Amino acid sequence: MIAIIKYNAGNITSVEHAVKRLGLPCRVTDEIDEILCADKVIFPGVGEAKSAIKYLKDRELDEVIKSLLQPVLGICLGLQLMCRHSEEGDTPCMDIFDAAVKKFPALDIVPHMGWNNLEKVHTPLFRDFAKEDTVYFVHGYYAELCRHTIAQCDYILPFSAAMQKDNFYATQFHPEKSGSVGERILANFLRL
Amino acid sequence: MLKKRIIPCLDIKDGRTVKGVNFVGLRDAGDAVELARRYVLEGADELVFLDITATVEHRKTLTELVKKVAEAINIPFTVGGGIRTLEDAQAIIKAGADKVSLNTSAVENPKLITEIAGQFGSQCVVLAIDTKLEENGEWMVYVHGGRTATTLHTVDWALEGERRGAGEILLTSMNNDGTKNGFAIDITRSVSEAVNIPVIASGGAGSMQHFAEVFQQTKASAALGATVFHFGEIPVPALKQFLKAQDIPVR
Repeated sequence: MIAIIKYNAGNITSVEHAVKRLGLPCRVTDEIDEILCADKVIFPGVGEAKSAIKYLKDRELDEVIKSLLQPVLGICLGLQLMCRHSEEGDTPCMDIFDAAVKKFPALDIVPHMGWNNLEKVHTPLFRDFAKEDTVYFVHGYYAELCRHTIAQCDYILPFSAAMQKDNFYATQFHPEKSGSVGERILANFLRL
Repeated sequence: MLKKRIIPCLDIKDGRTVKGVNFVGLRDAGDAVELARRYVLEGADELVFLDITATVEHRKTLTELVKKVAEAINIPFTVGGGIRTLEDAQAIIKAGADKVSLNTSAVENPKLITEIAGQFGSQCVVLAIDTKLEENGEWMVYVHGGRTATTLHTVDWALEGERRGAGEILLTSMNNDGTKNGFAIDITRSVSEAVNIPVIASGGAGSMQHFAEVFQQTKASAALGATVFHFGEIPVPALKQFLKAQDIPVR
């Protein structure tokens, strides 16, 4: 069973549909037992960092996520909440990845919205990823590059498009909205 | 490099697509889900569904359709038409749409932009602006499907929309829409240079060159087309190849 963590962020049904399209059983849940027992956990999210962290802390879900030993995939806001700190609302985050989340300087259109390439990809998450492949981003804040970066993207500046530490994986882009390329990344994660 | 987006727009009435959809091989040209899937396979970057019935009794039909589309496709899509309240937007987003587009309702109640952005984030809110070049040389905002003039100047309204929390502008030139003579380059340039959020150019696409022009001559992030795609006059893959050959970054 794959658990998709339910919290006060949008875009959770899209992730559920994407997993179901891969023919795998999943449940959207905020029940701690169910999350702890899942084979894989997806931590999605579109929304605002401060209210999202508060929601998670109120339910002790932040500690639950940090304690997980099975493969975990954070998506978009999920990735940012797994970092050390976010400039959005000056929010201390879960501190899984050793990176700060910052607002894009307004040197180009913000949010970074649309399809973009990835560079320096590694780990099994990007198995069969081709140089010309693109994925769908929509975000106004970015995670800086750090030792946990496993894919980077260049928009205004180079930032972490994906991160990994032990069993924790995360993507700034939306694999569930990135066509067949995203589907493959999601399948790679679910096969870990 | 961030790619320029090509966005087919599907008009929806009573849960079905309308307006000359003429794809070879479609079992049912009115089936929005099948058409959406087809566009995804062809390489469309996003889709827009515009509900032209938009009456209260049809909202449920639309929500059902949005659910089916969300289950079926793996690229982002926007739903617009008749979204008047926060509750309308909630229903559409919860059904699985990535974004909602607001037009008349945003002009009548600009706070709606802020309310929806506050709850779901700016990336969920597309401000659709129908604009018309008046005889005095001013581009003015129109509402009610282009039937009613307002006193809003287009660039001012776009800036206000951005300030209130819109994440994107869908700019349709009424002078160009349906002409197939190309996009309105001047107003698209003015709006896309004034705001710092993505602008989708709309209205007037008739040839592949028109798409190239709007990307070369304005800061538009995306271009939308309806009939040119539905009738297969411009196949999306051929358009992408054409733009690539002119060094315009596309997926």
